[in-house]
Amino acid sequence: MSETTTSESEFLVEMRDVHIEGRSDEVWNPIINGVDLTLKRGEVLGLIGESGAGKSTMGLAAMGFCRDGVRIASGSVHFDGIDLLTASAETKRHLLGKRIAYVAQSAAASFNPAHKLIDQHTEAPVQHGVADKSESEVDGIELYRRLRLPNPDEIGFRYPHQVSGGQLQRAMTAMAMSCRPDLIIFDEPTTALDVTTQIEVLASIRDIVEQFNTAAIYITHDLAVVAQMADRIKVLLKGDEVEEADTRTMLSNPQEDYTKSLWAVREFQRPTKPAPPSDATPVISVQNVTAAYGKIDVLHDVSFDIHEGRTVAVVGESGSGKSTAARCITGLLPPRMGQIELDGEPLPPDYRKRNKEQLRQVQMIYQMADTALNPRKTIGEIVGRPVQFYMGLTGRKRRDRVAELLEEIELPAGQYIDRLPSELSGGQKQRIGIARALAAEPKFIICDEVTSALDQLVAEGILRLLAKLQDELKLSYMFITHDLATVKSIADEVVVMKDGEVVEQGPKLEMFKPPHHAYTDLLLSSVPEMDPDWLSNLLAERGVENIGDAAVEKMD
Amino acid sequence: MTSVLTIILQRLGLGLVTLFVVSIVIFTAVNLLPGDFAEAILGQGATPEAVASIRRDLGLDQSPIVRYFQWLGNMVTGDLGTSFAQLNFQTNLGGGDLVGVAEQIAPRFANTMFLAGVTAAIAVPFAVGLGILAALFRNSAFDRATNITTLSSISSPEFFLAYILILFLAVLNPVLPSLSNIFQGMSFGERLEKTLLPALTLTLVVTAHMMRMTRAAIINLLASPYIEMARLKGISPMRVIVRHALPNALAPIINVIALNLAYLITGVVVVEVVFVYPGIGQLFVDSVKIRDIPVVQACCLIFAAAYILLNLTADILSILSNPRLRHPK
Repeated sequence: MSETTTSESEFLVEMRDVHIEGRSDEVWNPIINGVDLTLKRGEVLGLIGESGAGKSTMGLAAMGFCRDGVRIASGSVHFDGIDLLTASAETKRHLLGKRIAYVAQSAAASFNPAHKLIDQHTEAPVQHGVADKSESEVDGIELYRRLRLPNPDEIGFRYPHQVSGGQLQRAMTAMAMSCRPDLIIFDEPTTALDVTTQIEVLASIRDIVEQFNTAAIYITHDLAVVAQMADRIKVLLKGDEVEEADTRTMLSNPQEDYTKSLWAVREFQRPTKPAPPSDATPVISVQNVTAAYGKIDVLHDVSFDIHEGRTVAVVGESGSGKSTAARCITGLLPPRMGQIELDGEPLPPDYRKRNKEQLRQVQMIYQMADTALNPRKTIGEIVGRPVQFYMGLTGRKRRDRVAELLEEIELPAGQYIDRLPSELSGGQKQRIGIARALAAEPKFIICDEVTSALDQLVAEGILRLLAKLQDELKLSYMFITHDLATVKSIADEVVVMKDGEVVEQGPKLEMFKPPHHAYTDLLLSSVPEMDPDWLSNLLAERGVENIGDAAVEKMD
Repeated sequence: MTSVLTIILQRLGLGLVTLFVVSIVIFTAVNLLPGDFAEAILGQGATPEAVASIRRDLGLDQSPIVRYFQWLGNMVTGDLGTSFAQLNFQTNLGGGDLVGVAEQIAPRFANTMFLAGVTAAIAVPFAVGLGILAALFRNSAFDRATNITTLSSISSPEFFLAYILILFLAVLNPVLPSLSNIFQGMSFGERLEKTLLPALTLTLVVTAHMMRMTRAAIINLLASPYIEMARLKGISPMRVIVRHALPNALAPIINVIALNLAYLITGVVVVEVVFVYPGIGQLFVDSVKIRDIPVVQACCLIFAAAYILLNLTADILSILSNPRLRHPK
């Protein structure tokens, strides 16, 4: 049926003046306000913007699909001449999976846990009558091989939970390719991955899209990533188009202030502090800590010191033991061996055995401000609780202290003190998390990936605030992160962890200068740069066998 | 697979402990019933001597703890005891062979299991199928009609449903017999025909619960990323539900099915009475009336075992429905 309606249009995808609305509390609010989007055959368009910019909504709309509670209010969406807004559900179903495919952000959540990978891979070809099951299986194995998955012959016969995140993301790309579609929508396919894994996935996605000359819309919030992948870049802000240009022009010569501000984010740099005197007592000293979950050791002989007024960044990929080290310091996970000292005094390993004063000195700020704040308590109560618990202030005095703390985190108390967390933005919630930690007037704060759930501009605001507070209050930070750009901007010292061990540690300047430990080198080299040739150059320099997980395996 | 085996063994052990605790509860509860067999059988004109003599004959004069352990010991060796009614009959009037509780209960229990089996064979596929369709056409007229109908049928008293069915299927259109007087030696076909009406009544009673759980469990999953992925692969709505949602919704559905099956074994007295079906429920009620403690206790223990066993099966099946446990890393 598609053949009859195909007009020889220049564009594969043509979206004109698209308005999309989302419903909340029975009211339709605009998400996209009249954006045009066109894509030629074989072209890759990068769609970037902060969260809430409407990137994913726009990407799904290009498939003629809306999530529940979302509708395309006006405008037109044509795919290869077919009007997707008036097409029947049946017609659209014949396009989806067959000619338009989708790669989701979290492959771990988007693969059905109940079926083997290959069965999910072959489903679309079989259902659309493109190939029978055995043909499609053979093709799937071939695609796994091209995407450089380990054991391509047998990996498809595993269940999703038996395969790592980076491999799943590649298997999902293979699944999208199963019917050789004309268009693939990549919706933040590497956001949930570690840097070393990301680079492998990026390389394979780019490869396979080129090999089959597939058109793609690549949605991401990471400029450096999109620079590697896209021919053209379109910038969205709160449902409006900011600007569009080909990738090189966009990077070298952005026109709009908003785009320029996105480019400038990574320029925040703290001045380097002088090294602490060698005889100073560290605020926190982690000494030869080995810790286990159940019977399995997850930290092996970890030691590092954190001095007054300084920031130690603990860097590593997921599963490297960064957060476990933090749990040992807070006493949530008593170490099996070794000890932790606060100002030269050993802390009891279990938090239940620590006194109030010891508990007060170590505070924590969490990654997901959304879930770390009790949704039923007002800001005044959330921040007031530690004020009362540790400082013994009540009534008027407590409220005054909370107001003071809110001023410190740059939220006017009069306006915010009686609000609920749901009435705040992500960045504001994270600031409340900071205020709650400050309420105890601690010496030492653990920041666990505090900026990784935030947009770049908001994250920078949080980093500046933390830096200001550190200078004013002489705080020490343990900054857990996997983002090396953040490390560059705020850390004084860096601890690199891998598989529960410290592989390298030292002052920041030394750490970012060669020679590195091989793993540090891999981490550093895997961070995408704002250069459209970065990935190509890196691959040319190192070869596909020496990036990502493959390189990590060689090290072991 | 070894982990699954350990889990099953653990659950079995736990089930046995539960059964032991339940046996204490049963024994205590039964002994707390006002009056005993002697008083019940002799009626209002009982002389204290007559009561004492019957009690002595039946061993009711011993302390409850001694009686409990005697009973438990016999149970473990498979001896369910002899009905008081039978014993009393023999002592006073003499006569033939004693029929043990086990032989008394066995045919009744078989009948109950037959009725439960027929009902389950109709109700489970019907309810799950209806739940799938309701989830597929959620918020449509069909969905609402299904919900209203099943809810009304679960809200109506069982005897009322039974009489409605008798009215329509036995009186106005005589397609099925209204009496289910089955006996040994009947052919399977005859049995089935006689059992169909009570089975249909029970189907009406149990469908709502299972159907609504199936619908809710499936709808719960429809917002998952993997369901969105299936839709974006252009899979038909029916296949999205049956192949992508249902396998992940099995655990709660299995649990509700098990609960309803247990109800079919233990809670169908009213339906048995209406259709004069010789099941274990009627025997149980009759025995309570005359304080025939060995029979009451045996029935209670069988009911408890049925509950424990079915819930155990449900637990194990829900564990097995999780691929993470079936296929460890």
